[in-house]
Amino acid sequence: MLGSDLVMYDEEFKLIDAELQRLLQQANAKVVFLVDKNGQLIAATGETENLDTTSLASLTAGNIAATGGMAKLLGEKEFSILFHEGARDNIHISIIGQRVILVVIFDQRSSLGLVRLRVKKSAEALGSIFSQLLQKVETEKGSGKSADSPFAEITDEDIDKLFG
Amino acid sequence: MSFINYSSREINCKIVFYGPGLCGKTTNLQWIYKKTNPDSKGKMISLATETERTLFFDFLPLALGEIRGFKTRFHLYTVPGQVFYDASRKLILKGVDGVVFVADSQVERMEANIESIENLRINLAEQGYNLDKVPFIIQYNKRDLPNVVPLEEMKKALNPRGVPDYEAVATDGTGVFDTLKAIAKLVIMELKKGQDGG
Repeated sequence: MLGSDLVMYDEEFKLIDAELQRLLQQANAKVVFLVDKNGQLIAATGETENLDTTSLASLTAGNIAATGGMAKLLGEKEFSILFHEGARDNIHISIIGQRVILVVIFDQRSSLGLVRLRVKKSAEALGSIFSQLLQKVETEKGSGKSADSPFAEITDEDIDKLFG
Repeated sequence: MSFINYSSREINCKIVFYGPGLCGKTTNLQWIYKKTNPDSKGKMISLATETERTLFFDFLPLALGEIRGFKTRFHLYTVPGQVFYDASRKLILKGVDGVVFVADSQVERMEANIESIENLRINLAEQGYNLDKVPFIIQYNKRDLPNVVPLEEMKKALNPRGVPDYEAVATDGTGVFDTLKAIAKLVIMELKKGQDGG
């Protein structure tokens, strides 16, 4: 099924950001971020200064997509958790509500067990924020409320300007 | 599937370069990467084999500037062109906002072009898209080679619908930015249409 475009509002963004920060602390993680299944970074928190989060987001989505392809071949619906273990850092990836991907990067200050436990709790919270968001998007669409839309009065000239 | 973030005032769109093996999809992205201001591009990622054939995808994030106060970002992807990587190609089309078909102009690659464009139509349909409806641009690449098919013939075989098309030599950049600009324009116009209609 073809989903609608992903839209994010300030209110939900703040809720998501707060939840990611809570997870970061409780799981003793280095970085926590959230990615759309198509590879768009939604939010990130933690030690992200020297991290190429855009590329990480795209590769995470590719990783989930490839794993999902493998699941299908085995007759599974999806593999909802992926775990990559490194010498220093580890990555825990999980799918939330079949739509978004939660990524936790952690080192020896934490453990896989703790991360799994905390991720499970946060997944519920994030899942309900996203349901709320989707509902909001649907309602706004239904009411035809697009006054704030950046596209409403866009012209050819605006687009030409993008390319300087 | 675009991502509109009202919180950070950003619009993200996904564009996929499709086409038969060795037609120049990666070369298109490499040229764009080379010629873009360092401030407006991210790292280019290539998941390729040791012989530099694309294994999964190339990825290049581009920030193009602002539209009405919204930062506009395009995420450019290529697919692996070789026939047996079909499963990977399908995955990369997920959530696509616009497609560029890069055709190889050499006579001996015409069959591969036709096969690839048919494959594109099928794989898009599997994701719920109709090739006749998504923003779509065709690029006839390698026009500098001696054994190319005449333009009119290529148009007839690959572009019966008459979508915007461009001649290109991706290795020296000819036509590369024209193609990018054209697809960006179509994608943004489609977003506008979606908003008006919604």
